[in-house]
Amino acid sequence: MPVITYREALRHAMDEELGRDPNVVILGEEVGQFHGAYKVTEGLLAKYGPKRIVDTPISEAGFLGLGIGSAMLGLRPVMELMFFSFYSVAFDQIFNNAANIRYMSGGLINCPIVIRGPANGGTNVGATHSHTPESIAAYHPGIKVVVPSTPYDAKGLLKSAIRDNDPVMFMENTMLYGETGEVPDEEYLIPLGSAKVMREGKDISIIGHGRAIQMALKAADMLKEKHNINAEVVDLRSIRPLDEETVLASVKKTNRVLLVEEAKPFCSVSAMLACIIQEKAFDYLDAPIRRVTSMDAPAIYSPPLEKEQLPTPQKIFDGALAVLK
Amino acid sequence: MIKKTPSPRKTEVSDSGYDARQVPINAKLAPDEKINFFRDMVRIRRFEERCLRSYQAGGKIGGFLHLYIGQESVAVGCVSVMGKDDHIITAYRDHGHGLAVGMGMNEMMAENYGKYTGCSKGKGGSMHFFDPSRHYWGGHGIVGGQVPLGTGIAYALKFKGIKGACMTFMGDGAVNQGAVHESYNLAALWELPVVYIIENNGYSMGTSQERSSAGESLAGRAAGYGMNWAIVENGHDVYEVRDKVSKALKLAHEQSKPSVLEIRTYRYRGHSVADPDSTYRDKAEIEEYKSTKDPIMVYQNALVAEGVLNDEIIKKIEDAARAEAETSAQFAEQSPYPTLEDIKKDVYWEVDNPQDKKSVGSLFFD
Repeated sequence: MPVITYREALRHAMDEELGRDPNVVILGEEVGQFHGAYKVTEGLLAKYGPKRIVDTPISEAGFLGLGIGSAMLGLRPVMELMFFSFYSVAFDQIFNNAANIRYMSGGLINCPIVIRGPANGGTNVGATHSHTPESIAAYHPGIKVVVPSTPYDAKGLLKSAIRDNDPVMFMENTMLYGETGEVPDEEYLIPLGSAKVMREGKDISIIGHGRAIQMALKAADMLKEKHNINAEVVDLRSIRPLDEETVLASVKKTNRVLLVEEAKPFCSVSAMLACIIQEKAFDYLDAPIRRVTSMDAPAIYSPPLEKEQLPTPQKIFDGALAVLK
Repeated sequence: MIKKTPSPRKTEVSDSGYDARQVPINAKLAPDEKINFFRDMVRIRRFEERCLRSYQAGGKIGGFLHLYIGQESVAVGCVSVMGKDDHIITAYRDHGHGLAVGMGMNEMMAENYGKYTGCSKGKGGSMHFFDPSRHYWGGHGIVGGQVPLGTGIAYALKFKGIKGACMTFMGDGAVNQGAVHESYNLAALWELPVVYIIENNGYSMGTSQERSSAGESLAGRAAGYGMNWAIVENGHDVYEVRDKVSKALKLAHEQSKPSVLEIRTYRYRGHSVADPDSTYRDKAEIEEYKSTKDPIMVYQNALVAEGVLNDEIIKKIEDAARAEAETSAQFAEQSPYPTLEDIKKDVYWEVDNPQDKKSVGSLFFD
């Protein structure tokens, strides 16, 4: 099976959907002539031309709102945010218009839009460019939130997101763009809302999403090597819809839970998961649920310290031992 | 009164001896068409007066109720020049546009009552009326928030090769929102077929234009984006509205160029029914406008002078509008509320279309 990067997997997904559906259009800052700030859309302008691959001014509220309006009339815009952090500039458009238009029109209007871009810390770009707003986005009924951690998932989930008739916020990760993985040549789709057991184990469930999953897999190796602990690693892949079934099955199997994520701890995805698990699987728990998240402060610039602010394999390893203590 | 932009994008200028009645689009109107404009204006006013009664007596309508009374000539004039591929979107003062595009009083009144038979099944309320089948895209609650959407509708029309335009309405308070300026830039940059219409009623809630907006003219800001712009000085005159708006639509249809129109108008009621209007303007100001520029009175007098209307026809139209409004209130009264189950419908397309559902997992949480 071909091995490609996460970046290429995203590009292939958009390429295939552009080829399949004439209503798909890519809009964003630097997506065309510049090939994308992170080169995700490289080559698409040459292949599809400026009508389908549209460079926008730096004007997030304007162009995201424009995309939402065009989706109401039947286009399928895929909007790139150079940094997902810039979503906040268009907050009203996303959360008042895209999220609510179907509801407030009593189901008369759909908004099949994808808003995608990297949402992560760890690149020393400071607090304004390092937001991880999964929980903020998923808080809003009407919105779907997807966070792929591998090239295979990035492609299959993005294709599903583009075909989805509801607004999808698709959060990528600059630290993963260069990571490689096996991706088949033949077309495939991954349904939104299906978690994936990345590694099977019986002693503890480490559950999370995004790059934290790659760290969790390293931590699971360390746990096996040093303590012969078999950790199960569950990648949510999608925050809303959420695969509660796979999460709860893992919890009922291992009886111990460590939740991991790159976001801040307060009102986060892991906080919501902890609530769901205690409501639906309390009797299966042999120990309190613990979490490993980013430290609760704006993202620090200082490179060595930013590494420490974020989750690390070591912190996940330590967190798992604390649950198992 | 159309002004030149500093750019080479010229548009016609002719103020001397301007008579909106004589321009071709108005001169060719048949008596029936004129009566229809009059009837639509009367229907809007009687509908809203009935809404007001329901709001004040018995609290049948909750929350906000932004009345359009005084501005009827704007929605009616603008909608009267829409072509089959043209679209329209506005803010929260949206009843007039709804009736003008052909929505029924029943569905609108029921929406105000929060009933399931309402145009948004009671989920949107007064500020959120929609009828995409009539190219009416709302009905939006956040000042200026609908302007990027209207720009996007125009973008989609151009993308699809449809020779239509999107009339994107906003109030005078919206012009200071960033999203409006971002939209102007995109529309001018990409030559989108959009007509931005500022319904300038003089007050953004309780703040007058001079206390909220810098510069001499709200529409004139378009010049900074190289866009054509014009002021419709007599927004109470349905003919002048039709003339200027049809020219802007022509520019959009034939050259795919955006423009900004500022239509001077006036509202008689508070910003919303819940807001008193005594802190920022005099009663005398309202009375002055009512007695000299009321759009229905002015048009009625003109049509009577022309011999198109007489007392008998006027009475018939008035009686019918009152009866229609009364019937709509009864319809709303007798309609059921949405159920508890309805609260979670119309959130996700997928949930409402289970036969085509592709995703798995939970979309709702208790």
